[in-house]
Amino acid sequence: MSDPSNNRNRLSGLIYSEKVRGMVAQILVTGGIVFLAWYLISNTFENLDNQGIATGYSFLSLESSFGISEHLISFSPSDSYGRALMVGLLNTVKVSLLGIIFATIIGFFIGISRMSKNWILSRIAAIYINLFRNIPVLLQLIFWYAVINNGLPNPKRALEVLPDVFFSNRGVLFPVPADHPAYFWMGAAFVAGILGAWLLRRWALNRQDRTGQLFPYVRSGLALVLGLVVITYFVCGAPTELDTPVLKGFNFKGGAKLSPEFLSLLIGLSLYTSTYIADIVRSGLQSVAKGQQEASTDLGLKPSQTLMHVVLPQASRVMIPPLTSQYLNLTKNSSLAVAVGYPDLVSLSNTTMNQTGQAIEAISIFMAVYLGLSLTISLFMNWYNKKMALVER
Amino acid sequence: MKSLKLIVGGVIAATAALSTVAMAGDTVDSIKKKGYVQCGVNTALTGFSAPTSEGKWEGLDVELCQAIAAAILGDKTKTKYTPLTAAQRFTALQSKEVDVLTRNTTWTLSRDTKVGLNFVGVNFYDGQGFMVAKESGIDSAEGLDGATVCIEPGTTTELNLADYFRSKGMSFEPVVIESATEAVQTFFSGRCDVYTTDASGLASYRQTASNPDDFVVLPDIISKEPLGPAVRHGDEQFADIVRWTHIAMLEAEEKGITSANVDAVRKDSKDPSIQRMLGTTEGMGEALGLSEDWAYNIIKQVGNYGESYDRNVKAKLGLERGLNALWTNGGLMYPAPIR
Repeated sequence: MSDPSNNRNRLSGLIYSEKVRGMVAQILVTGGIVFLAWYLISNTFENLDNQGIATGYSFLSLESSFGISEHLISFSPSDSYGRALMVGLLNTVKVSLLGIIFATIIGFFIGISRMSKNWILSRIAAIYINLFRNIPVLLQLIFWYAVINNGLPNPKRALEVLPDVFFSNRGVLFPVPADHPAYFWMGAAFVAGILGAWLLRRWALNRQDRTGQLFPYVRSGLALVLGLVVITYFVCGAPTELDTPVLKGFNFKGGAKLSPEFLSLLIGLSLYTSTYIADIVRSGLQSVAKGQQEASTDLGLKPSQTLMHVVLPQASRVMIPPLTSQYLNLTKNSSLAVAVGYPDLVSLSNTTMNQTGQAIEAISIFMAVYLGLSLTISLFMNWYNKKMALVER
Repeated sequence: MKSLKLIVGGVIAATAALSTVAMAGDTVDSIKKKGYVQCGVNTALTGFSAPTSEGKWEGLDVELCQAIAAAILGDKTKTKYTPLTAAQRFTALQSKEVDVLTRNTTWTLSRDTKVGLNFVGVNFYDGQGFMVAKESGIDSAEGLDGATVCIEPGTTTELNLADYFRSKGMSFEPVVIESATEAVQTFFSGRCDVYTTDASGLASYRQTASNPDDFVVLPDIISKEPLGPAVRHGDEQFADIVRWTHIAMLEAEEKGITSANVDAVRKDSKDPSIQRMLGTTEGMGEALGLSEDWAYNIIKQVGNYGESYDRNVKAKLGLERGLNALWTNGGLMYPAPIR
């Protein structure tokens, strides 16, 4: 036991053990990274302190004293920087969400057209895809902004496309129903209708499993939602008053407005991303074996039923993962808003950073927010992917 | 094991590299070492800093930068310019991307403190104005209620605008575009009723319109905009050099010394204050940590403030001296004594 060579053996055994070696290597690398991060952070703070630059997040509660043109929540220059950043975040979410919806719709349409047997339709889709995918998205945004600003007349000569719908270089203005309690209750009826339709669908599918009897839950669900909303409208007195845009002095007052900044960003992002989605849709549809379609036709399913119940469910398994990354790209590309003057999170963070001089804090906020947004989209799409995945029996 | 060695080596090398950056010496030493002054300038503002068609930079702010190079390195051509938007400029200075901002920047309390800048003088007294299309028929800022206004983000302009409309109980809708050139083009396209920035900037941008006569600058001036060079906090020597470079240009104008007659004046003048400035009597250069002919180099190579103003602001924008005249002519330019 006290043999020294035995001890040495144990020590060299330790050195040559793969497990120990692996552990030491990992500790060293992790330690190195932690040290580097600590070093960078402490160095930054020391330098900021030496230059007398303010640090910390207390600036968020100070008065912003700048104006913002588009806000989903109320905002005036006397509100804080924190609220200004909130306005920016909501604007980012607004344009990303609508962009994702439009890009998906256009992408599906183009993707299916690309596979069409109609030669012209398929060519047009191919040209569309190649054109919009191969021009940098920033240039497209600036192009659409210039088209709207230079192509549309000034407010005094606005184009009245429909009664009280105006197109001018101040954006698109359209009437909205004037404020009335009925709209709140209609919203509530809509939510109740959706809930009812969902319960109906559950019941119908359950019954189909048990008895094999079909129930038209889609049509009856739609009727339920619409019916509830319409009935509420009439019960609440059927208000007909509209808030219409009227030219007063420089600009239109009243009504609702889609600004040129918002429109050019939405159009640019939707068209650009839709080209990628079109190809994803095409590859998804092509991935479904032809036999599937033939078999379902032979079983007597209608072409629409074949698409909805046989082809799309299988195609979507291929499509969802790449779609997720396109949705993430669109959300991140929305930060190009700053080029066309849309007040998104990055644009307002830039302004805040410049007025307060606290670049690191402002950047850390928008980095955290984009990370959060991207993770939320990923989580949702992963959940959806799991739901759509092949259930093996 | 090989990859591990590489990683550890990399970490050590990176750390070493970063430490040298963090410990880099003060600004003057680094300027002498690299052999040029790196100035942050406006992206394109005729009269202040704008590139010519040959890519050479010109303007009042550019010449101040050249004067700093002449004072420190004895050669006004040893400059490099970094064009910066309003939103980029402070971060560029803080992160040592540039040595000094000679970029029409308004001196305010929060920038002088929290943002970590030191303003060392005022080389142009300005005020914020408005430009509108002639056909709008507006002749006063009071008539701008409800207007759509194009502005650059991160400027005092943006804040003054909100203050002004708030105090008058009027409303406005801002269209905020980061690049000044883009913002001006957007205004010309009719997206905005009003473009607002410093009055000198309005005069400069108005000339870039396809037909400048379609646009008018309103007579209202809604703010004080003392524009001047700024340096980083914590380098007093460099701050002093930039401050006294500007003062030397003013003092030369006051004493009637120009780039043309500076040699004769240096040889013949019996005025002790001129002898001190031009280094015939030694001591001033040493106090700044420069050679004794620092001011001579500035005046010989760049000229005095009046020459620089006439060459750039007056010739290109047609703006008279106004507040920017010497105090002896009823202006605000009052050089402190060089002694």
